[in-house]
Amino acid sequence: MSTRLVTFTLDGRLYGVDVNAVQEVLRGQPQTRIPLAPESVSGLINLRGQVLSALELRARLGLPDRDADREPMLVVVRVAGETIALLVDSIGAVMDVDDDQFELPPDTLSGPAREFLHGAYKLDSQLLLALDVDRAVAA
Amino acid sequence: MDEIDEIVQEFLVESHENLDQLDRDLVALEREPDSRDLLGSIFRTIHTIKGTSGFLAFGQLESVTHVGENLLARLRDGKMSMSPQTTDVLLAMVDKVRDLLAAIENDGTEGQTDVSVVVAQITAILEGKAPEPVAAAPVEEPVAETVAAPVAQPAAPVAQPVAQPVAQPDPGSPAVEHEEPAHRRTVAESSIRVDVDLLDTLMRLVGELVLTRNQVVRQAGDLQDVDLMRSSQRLNLIASELQEGVMKTRMQPIDNLWSKLPRVVRDLGANCGKQVSLTMVGKETELDRTLLEAVKDPLTHLVRNGVDHGLESPEDRVAAGKPAEGVLTLRAYHQGGQVVVEVSDDGAGIDSEKVAAKAIERGLRTQAQIAQMSPTDILQLIFVAGFSTAAAVTNVSGRGVGMDVVKTNIEGIGGTIEVESVVGRGTTCRLRIPLTLAIVPALTVECAGDRYAIPQVSLLELVSLDADRAASAVEDINGASVYRLRGTLLPLVRLADVLGVESVRSDGHVVIAVLQAEGKRFGLVIDRVLSTEEIVVKPLGSQMKAIGTYSGATILGDGRVALILDVQALARRVLNADALDQDDADERDSRGAVAESLRLLVAGLGGGRRVAIPLSSVTRLENFDQSAVERIGNREVVQYRGGILPVVRLNNYYGALSDREGDELVVVIYTVGERSVAIAVDEIVDIVDENTEFHDEVTDHGVLGSTLVRDRIVEVLDVRAAILSADPTFYTASDEFDAQLQETM
Repeated sequence: MSTRLVTFTLDGRLYGVDVNAVQEVLRGQPQTRIPLAPESVSGLINLRGQVLSALELRARLGLPDRDADREPMLVVVRVAGETIALLVDSIGAVMDVDDDQFELPPDTLSGPAREFLHGAYKLDSQLLLALDVDRAVAA
Repeated sequence: MDEIDEIVQEFLVESHENLDQLDRDLVALEREPDSRDLLGSIFRTIHTIKGTSGFLAFGQLESVTHVGENLLARLRDGKMSMSPQTTDVLLAMVDKVRDLLAAIENDGTEGQTDVSVVVAQITAILEGKAPEPVAAAPVEEPVAETVAAPVAQPAAPVAQPVAQPVAQPDPGSPAVEHEEPAHRRTVAESSIRVDVDLLDTLMRLVGELVLTRNQVVRQAGDLQDVDLMRSSQRLNLIASELQEGVMKTRMQPIDNLWSKLPRVVRDLGANCGKQVSLTMVGKETELDRTLLEAVKDPLTHLVRNGVDHGLESPEDRVAAGKPAEGVLTLRAYHQGGQVVVEVSDDGAGIDSEKVAAKAIERGLRTQAQIAQMSPTDILQLIFVAGFSTAAAVTNVSGRGVGMDVVKTNIEGIGGTIEVESVVGRGTTCRLRIPLTLAIVPALTVECAGDRYAIPQVSLLELVSLDADRAASAVEDINGASVYRLRGTLLPLVRLADVLGVESVRSDGHVVIAVLQAEGKRFGLVIDRVLSTEEIVVKPLGSQMKAIGTYSGATILGDGRVALILDVQALARRVLNADALDQDDADERDSRGAVAESLRLLVAGLGGGRRVAIPLSSVTRLENFDQSAVERIGNREVVQYRGGILPVVRLNNYYGALSDREGDELVVVIYTVGERSVAIAVDEIVDIVDENTEFHDEVTDHGVLGSTLVRDRIVEVLDVRAAILSADPTFYTASDEFDAQLQETM
């Protein structure tokens, strides 16, 4: 059994989400900030007439903020009937990974990262962290 | 056509649909003659038509469907089997039914259509005889039909031509269409059933189109290209019309909802031992179907409340000198882009003192707070969650069971609710509901560099103060800012503070949007007012639901997203009981919640004359250039928002000379129902609350009476007479609005 993932990077690490959840990827869009919103919600974007919430995955996963001069990329995912844009550093590729490469998160991992990751795929060069997109976007 | 009542209309539409199905079934039946399902379906259809036609006393229709039904019943039960002859007579019967329906549709009667031949043929088959060949079988009958069923079957062509006397025009046939070009479309042609999802999709697409139009219009405005400007204006117009048209497809009369209420009232009245008569005014008022669905429960609740708690028992009523039978009135009408639905009873009314006592007892308000509230404000407490319990029902002359739920439901769809009551005279609950949910008129404002939209429903007025005035006019009571708006203290809330952002306005100017929510007024201080536009409401994601400050988002003309402020939630957030405490008790009066119908617009005329116009029907104040006034015959008109408004110059009407110089015309747009007039005055002086009775003794031509406003005598304009002088047909459009106007006067 193999799984097809869309990969992207966050703070130098490689992440992946199930390709079926991904609607499209696109370059950074102008955002409207939302005062009083949770920190991880960075704003609203207009995607061809549809208003989407943009979720800052770095904040969600407890990673340091992105450099201000670095434009984020958007991974638009559909979760539980809702369309949400995830802000990431850069887009990787669509990758087939084998189930026997998979391993659950190590017991030493704690915090938001553990909560939002299915586990890791052991690629030859590095680890591909599989994001549990349902939980990551849940309010 | 118009005389045919609704039941017949429905019967026709339904029957036409059924007949189309029947044709298909009959043809299918020829291929599988033993299909019980098909026979059953055909039988049911004919049975339905027979039943209804009997009920509606269409004897011919009934007799032909009756024999048809008998034949079908036998076929269905397997007592007879299908043969080409049976198919033929059945088809002939269907044709005959169609003729009869067409005749009914034409003039409401069955006309002279003769069914005896078909009846005889069916009866013959029922009796096991072959139908008699009909000598008059017409030559012009299409050959194709005989080919299709080549076996000796003289009966096939019989039905139509023979049974129809020459004099009887067949409205369904194309030939007749030519003879009567003015013949209207048949019911079946003029209405179709459409999937609601499809309408929703259309509505969404129109929403997108409106957004795109806003963008194009804005960009065209920047480019200064005349041709582009022209096309964009055209686009603007078409998009608006399309939007209106699509919205209309979703509109349904409120009667769809109300029709269930007489039964509810009757049953409930019988249960409570009360005599109730239900009056309904404005049944045809239309609402978006989703909204109709949304107000169903709250409205039923209010009606039940009215009967259960509002009206007294017959004995009590008689004792109070009222007729034993209580009257519950439902009234619906359009007003200022909203639909107003009123539920009134002529019962005992609600005693505000008892409400106050209850509120204190329940710990909802303190004695001190109550002391500062007007009776009208106190009445609105029945909508506060926690007020209503079973005990409150008896103590407070009813009202209150689940009223907070009603309020929440109504506010959920962007509406408002208020209650008015006179002890001993009755109670009125008034719902104001937006026409549609998807597209709302809104004011766009700026705060801290971001743009927000405020629905117009909640917006009362805008106040702009320059730095000098702001410094003196905005006062401070223990840290709470207030502004003296025409003598009443208006609590101010800075939007930047609420949102926790830094305002970028540093020049001392203060812009206040005066908002109304939860029955209270407050001023929202914003950085800048941008414009008013129709916005398409987009839902927010689940993450943002918890914030509670925004009711949605929208896309503005430049493609950026703006948040829509939830004024109700904002009011709840900032106007806590403490904030009310800080209001100055002496200066606070009942004005905050005075019903709109009691407010007057004071306008100045030549010679220092002042007239007051009831504010409830005033939709806008506008300035026109004198040159915009055109003439139709000897009447003056102006073009306004794609329509033509008659102009009433009050100075001329009163025979006064205008003191006003210059080219600008100050007009009050006055709307009743769908019609408007422009009332030209010299100046707009003020808006005041009318608390006193008219001083009737001082009257004059065109004046209803006079009243005192700030120690000055103001004449109350007889709007009806003034308007009729400019547009004699103004009120004939709808008598209901007429009645409504009379009431507001």
